Amino acid sequence: MLCASGRLLAAQAATTLPAPPRASGPALHCRRRELHFPGYPELPSCDPLAGRLVRQSVPPGQRAIRRRGKMPPATGGGLAESELRPRRGRCGPQASRAAGRDVAARAAARNPKGLAWGSRRFETASRWALLALVTLLSFATRFHRLDEPPHICWDETHFGKMGSYYINRTFFFDVHPPLGKMLIGLAGYLSGYDGTFLFQKPGDKYEHHSYMGMRGLCAFLGSWLVPFAYLTVLDLSKSLSAALLTAALLTFDTGCLTLSQYILLDPILMFFIMAAMLSMVKYNSCVDRPFSALWWFWLSLTGVSLAGALGVKFVGLFIILQVGLNTIADLWYLFGDLSLSLVTVGKHVTARVLCLIVLPLALYTATFAVHFMVLSKSGPGDGFFSSAFQARLSGNNLHNASIPEHLAYGSEITVKNLQMAIGYLHSHRHLYPEGIGARQQQVTTYLHKDYNNLWIIKKHNTNSDPLDPSFPVEFVRHGDIIRLEHKETSRNLHSHYHEAPLTRKHYQVTGYGINGTGDSNDFWRIEVVNRKFGNRIKVLRSRIRLIHLVTGCVLGSSGKVLPRWGWEQLEVTCTPYLKETLNSLWNVEDHINPKLPNISLNVLQPSFPEILLESHMVMIWGNNGLKPKDNEFTSKPWHWPINYQGLRFSGVNDTDFRVYLLGNPVVWWLNLLSIVLYLLSGSIIAVAMQRGTRVPAEVAGLSQVLLRGGGQVLLGWMLHYFPFFLMGRVLYFHHYFPAMLFSSMLTGFSPLLCSRHSVGHPPAALCLGLGLLAPGQGHTHGGNPEPPPGHRLQLLPLPPSGLRDGWSPGPGPPKSYGRTKVARLMGILRPLRRFQPGSRNFPEEPAGTQYWTLPAVRKLPKEPEEFCCPPGPSCGSAPGTEASIGESRSSVHSTTEDSNLQAAPWCAAQRRMGARGWTWVRVYVRAHCPYPFGTQTV
Amino acid sequence: MWGFLKRPVVVTANINLHLVALTGMGLLSRLWQLTYPRAVVFDEVYYGQYISFYMKRIFFLDDSGPPFGHMVLALGGYLGGFDGNFLWNRIGAEYSSNVPVWSLRLLPALAGALSVPMAYQIVLELHFSHCAAVGAALLMLIENALITQSRLMLLEAVLIFFNLLAVLSYLKFFNCQKQSPFSLSWWFWLTLTGVACSCAVGVKYMGVFTYMLMLVVAAVHAWHLIGDQTLSNVRVFCHLLARAVALLVIPAVLYLLFFYIHLTVLFRSGPHDQIMSSAFQASLEGGLARITQGQPLEVAFGSQVTLRSVFGKPVPCWLHSHQNTYPMIYENGRGSSHQQQVTCYPFKDVNNWWIVKDPRRHQLVVSSPPRPVRHGDMVQLVHGMTARSLNTHDVAAPMSPHSQEVSCYIDYNISMPAQNLWRLEIVNRRSDTEVWKTILSEVRFVHVNTSAVLKLSGAHLPDWGFRQLEIVGEKLSRGYHDSTVWNVEEHRYGTSQEQREREWELNSPVQVDASRNLSFMARFSELQWRMLVLRSDDSEHKYSSSPLEWVTLDTNIAYWLHPRTSAQIHLLGNIVIWVSGSLALAIYMLLFLWYLLRRRRNVHDLPQDAWLCWVLAGSLCGGGWAVNYLPFFLMEKTLFLYHYLPALTFQILLLPVVLQHISDHLCRSQLQRSVFSALVVAWYSSACHVSNTLRPLTYGDKSLSPEELKALRWKDSWDILIRKH
Repeated sequence: MLCASGRLLAAQAATTLPAPPRASGPALHCRRRELHFPGYPELPSCDPLAGRLVRQSVPPGQRAIRRRGKMPPATGGGLAESELRPRRGRCGPQASRAAGRDVAARAAARNPKGLAWGSRRFETASRWALLALVTLLSFATRFHRLDEPPHICWDETHFGKMGSYYINRTFFFDVHPPLGKMLIGLAGYLSGYDGTFLFQKPGDKYEHHSYMGMRGLCAFLGSWLVPFAYLTVLDLSKSLSAALLTAALLTFDTGCLTLSQYILLDPILMFFIMAAMLSMVKYNSCVDRPFSALWWFWLSLTGVSLAGALGVKFVGLFIILQVGLNTIADLWYLFGDLSLSLVTVGKHVTARVLCLIVLPLALYTATFAVHFMVLSKSGPGDGFFSSAFQARLSGNNLHNASIPEHLAYGSEITVKNLQMAIGYLHSHRHLYPEGIGARQQQVTTYLHKDYNNLWIIKKHNTNSDPLDPSFPVEFVRHGDIIRLEHKETSRNLHSHYHEAPLTRKHYQVTGYGINGTGDSNDFWRIEVVNRKFGNRIKVLRSRIRLIHLVTGCVLGSSGKVLPRWGWEQLEVTCTPYLKETLNSLWNVEDHINPKLPNISLNVLQPSFPEILLESHMVMIWGNNGLKPKDNEFTSKPWHWPINYQGLRFSGVNDTDFRVYLLGNPVVWWLNLLSIVLYLLSGSIIAVAMQRGTRVPAEVAGLSQVLLRGGGQVLLGWMLHYFPFFLMGRVLYFHHYFPAMLFSSMLTGFSPLLCSRHSVGHPPAALCLGLGLLAPGQGHTHGGNPEPPPGHRLQLLPLPPSGLRDGWSPGPGPPKSYGRTKVARLMGILRPLRRFQPGSRNFPEEPAGTQYWTLPAVRKLPKEPEEFCCPPGPSCGSAPGTEASIGESRSSVHSTTEDSNLQAAPWCAAQRRMGARGWTWVRVYVRAHCPYPFGTQTV
Repeated sequence: MWGFLKRPVVVTANINLHLVALTGMGLLSRLWQLTYPRAVVFDEVYYGQYISFYMKRIFFLDDSGPPFGHMVLALGGYLGGFDGNFLWNRIGAEYSSNVPVWSLRLLPALAGALSVPMAYQIVLELHFSHCAAVGAALLMLIENALITQSRLMLLEAVLIFFNLLAVLSYLKFFNCQKQSPFSLSWWFWLTLTGVACSCAVGVKYMGVFTYMLMLVVAAVHAWHLIGDQTLSNVRVFCHLLARAVALLVIPAVLYLLFFYIHLTVLFRSGPHDQIMSSAFQASLEGGLARITQGQPLEVAFGSQVTLRSVFGKPVPCWLHSHQNTYPMIYENGRGSSHQQQVTCYPFKDVNNWWIVKDPRRHQLVVSSPPRPVRHGDMVQLVHGMTARSLNTHDVAAPMSPHSQEVSCYIDYNISMPAQNLWRLEIVNRRSDTEVWKTILSEVRFVHVNTSAVLKLSGAHLPDWGFRQLEIVGEKLSRGYHDSTVWNVEEHRYGTSQEQREREWELNSPVQVDASRNLSFMARFSELQWRMLVLRSDDSEHKYSSSPLEWVTLDTNIAYWLHPRTSAQIHLLGNIVIWVSGSLALAIYMLLFLWYLLRRRRNVHDLPQDAWLCWVLAGSLCGGGWAVNYLPFFLMEKTLFLYHYLPALTFQILLLPVVLQHISDHLCRSQLQRSVFSALVVAWYSSACHVSNTLRPLTYGDKSLSPEELKALRWKDSWDILIRKH
């Protein structure tokens, strides 16, 4: 088994393993048959079903000790700890240092001192070096040619623009929470971008404007995904090969790469998601030292990352859900631990509430506070918000405005619907088309400010001009019967028994009459909600209802978008069902009446919670509004994991530089395969455990890792993927990427599943990962700078682009329709073949030439096979090196390798098996070994 | 062998008089005056038309649910000898004498009546007392909303019946499992569970939720079975296999069977034909089949065809062209090619005919022998009446400017050559040399010069285009969409070369030669798919309500009003039962949580078997409520109060369970227990009183005065109709 990990892993085990071999206590109360299999070197329990279930069967006293995080007593304590802590892992460097000291002391007593120390230091260093390598590689790929293309790609036009809005401090509306765009704006600001670029449409050249700061931020955050995934998998699986494989998959996934290079919210979102995942895993592995500084650190970091994820996009809710589920399960087990007093459990609960609920909420609210503080000027988003909200924005005509307070006859007003994002009552000189109700003037609602929103309140029975100075001012009162005349067209607001254009059960509302003379269908009773009859009506604050006198229906807006004839404004109807909804309530916003004194509107200032609530309502409404239309191509969630079709980022017609967001097919299809594989093996293991099948301890330990660590990751994938099936809004390919991160991490676990011999080999994994550097990479930076004029589409060298029909990056050459299915299947092999040195398409790819062939890599570690055999003590024959694997291994190296092999005949068998990669047999053989190594024979 | 001659033959019958009495009362309450009112009540107008279709064997498509429910109602009509001749046009219309009202309403009423004894049985099988079981049945008996709903020709009562049957038979099966697995009754109840589940799904899609619940409960029990190490592996496997067959295979087969009967019974074409594909329509008697019967199968060069859009949204339509040209300048100032318009037209017309032409030849007729068109062939499509060929070019389409305009090419002799070559792509091909077949092949036309795809954009053209639908060339072939797919509907081999003769030919009806059939699975999958994706435009209804209003009964539905008097029928529940049902659920949840937490801390308040009963009752009844209620919050369709009734029945089952639990485990002394029983009796009599008070609105048999009606309006949100004069 050890063969899988090689030297590095052994070293890691050495540095991080605290207790097992240390205790020289009494004999075990059951035979410890488990081995230190490399992925999970400290597998503790004698029970094959080790895990949380086991905890309960243990005398409470020992557990209490463990829980409170004190050092266990010398006798038996170490054993208890090793047995009871299936989940304990490295708790960061501190933990390993603390635990390692003890081990070191014992090791020093038995081993040549310099050797142990030296090797450990070397291994620690190399572990850090690996992390650094992964990080460096990730950064290098993400920052490579970041400045290209020097024009707007895809949604940069939105998010870049929003960054500019922050710099210019103009108010805007977007369906996502503000944090991501604020960060973009900040990065732009710090890097000297002045906010003057218009970001009009994709393809516009940046020219002299500085955009690298914003792209750099996204690439910077996107680069952290790889090390985060690496550390997460390392912590969950305790297997270096799994972690390296994950890192390789993500580093060389062209989709992640492309998505991290542009001014988009996704890299920021994914950064926070992965950060939350990582810190959650870290704090889980600190669970044996609750309330330590490190524990608090990771716990609160989880909270911070959650706030970040939610603050960028509402998709962040999924990771919150995952952390929430994890926390509930955690608390449930703590609660079931009878050795913990209720007070302690209460402390645990409080800590989690503080760090995972209160802290994120506070931070999230804070981002909104900053958002509202920064955006203080009137801008394009005003119309989406209520009148009171707009009064906050400087430059808006409601800001510091002073208008007459009470409505009077003759006032010119605008009437706004109280439902969010419906807008102002509006009419214009266009008639309803033939066949849609009566052919009279349209009445709609409109979100923008316009002269056509102005209406004049008149008495129902006279047409005299109330603004005539000779008449006294007469206020409009609750319950009055009025007429609303459209100012521009002098038609009255009118309704009748014709069906409304879209909502067929409602009545149509029209503009009717000439110069204000209409009929009795123009009369409306004005009512204020919750007021007595006879009260005056206040501007902005009164919630009014207009009831049609003849039919008894209520003026409302259905919120449905009229077709083209209605200029895609919203439908206004008169609803006969007197239901109290916001759609049928209005308020008066602008108010012009020269005969009345103006008062200041500052009293209106809404409080912060009100603003927060309103902006959320508008965002939710906006998200729901993004509905796909019929006859439009939309991306379906089932397209995503199979990499059915990509997303064109750049290069419609006018540019040569084409960017196409497409996952690396090898990575993605491997991910799919590993999900299937995982589910299959997971259910087999679960059924076997439920049947009480006796499995070798090693397999049991392995399955623990698989079920728990893999399950955690699988849950993440499901939570980030399946909810999209329920969403009605427009979906895009890039929505899958958070889920894709999780499924890549799951793939990282697959070497634990299958043969650990070849795939799990760290350098091999690395090499495989390099091999996956597939065609999309070529796409990303593969623009041919100077195509021959005239034929440029046909001549662009993008050969692998046609692997599937859906992957055409833009208006390329016509697809070859004659391709057979077989050829399409064969297509998957193509990128690999292409990888041979000297391939025309990947000329400057050093990785391909150096690492591709496996044999070359094999030579890197010295004779990996020899690690296959555990040293002597495992068969009880050799002198005891009772420390952990790493140390025993190092000692074996120096001493009696051959004799050990002879002494243990099964080792030879194992070597043969191992060479063929047949793990299970190996495991079986070893399980029959009478005294597995690692026992305490001194 | 002859033993029975030696001994007396004795039949001992155990008759549970509780059960008999409850059944009798159930029948009485549901069947009493069943034919009154002899008028169309509320949704009867909706289901009635489908019954008429069944009686007349006319094909229809209803997206509200699978056909089993409709078939149950139609069975009533069939038994009563209904001929289907009734115009279901408005609520309140008097039934004519040929409508067997009694037998039409009989089956739902029977289902409603049998739910009463079933409630009794379920509570009993949950191992609660007879007293609780009788209580549950009595509550079902006096629940006004259930009575109203089951006395009419509606489906909820049937759905509730099958839901309860599924739960009951699963419980019987589960109790058999402990004593005698693989016995006859074991098999019977297991199979019945599967059958009841599939019937529930067959009545309404909502039944899926109960089915899922049963599957989950069965899966949990099966999981325990796997963990039972006294059983051998083979035996466990047999258990699992039996469950899989009974709970997965049988329902699936039955579901298919419903559709099989549906499609077999309805063989005539009808008003909903247009929604279905041409192939499906051709399989119906009359309608399209009459036209397409016997037309040649393989499309050849020179064939005359009509091309129908497979997607059919917003309306099913055919590729069309006419003499008129695109206006030189659109309203918004953009220019056009001013060539002949190509549209999609929702009616049959002689202008829908196109000729498939080989670009290499000048012939417009089919050669002999005909040369069939295959996948990948290059074709020109020539409009039959104007003889201009289909063309697209780099000009923005009128309504969708991001796509290319499609026109019939008129040579204005300016620098814009014809680009009228299309490559035929058969979407549902099996091989790459497949021949283009009438009706069966779904094809795409890919423009050779620009690789645009012929597509129905869904937009309506303005007046200059006669409000027909816009056709565009979609440049960005972003994947596959149904709106780019076409099929040949009518087809004939053209014979005349001359334009004048051809026009005459196209105007004459199609000649005839052979026929074809669609397999059942193909028809089933198409029908099922259309049913699922069909969106009837939901508009709000006067009596629609939101799920939040249901729990507290804040809404009602006026079903029927007597044309002269103020006798009326309302869907209005017994508010005492509704409120106490919700309370019981809340109490259950709290108690359950409390016990669970205490058990976690190793405090066992309940003995193990009582705890297991408590959990099972909660997961079935509370779970049944949750799965039948919570999904409505996610649905976007118009919702009514009667959607809550299945959930309500589960709440009613839970109510006596909670009451008995309180009396058994929470009342410490005998005194407390008797006080509690007295309270329960008082509560039940108040429920009876409420039920009796609301009876006139349930049966609609008594005309109340306006004052009495006003007195019944206990909540402001209740809509009780009061005549003004």
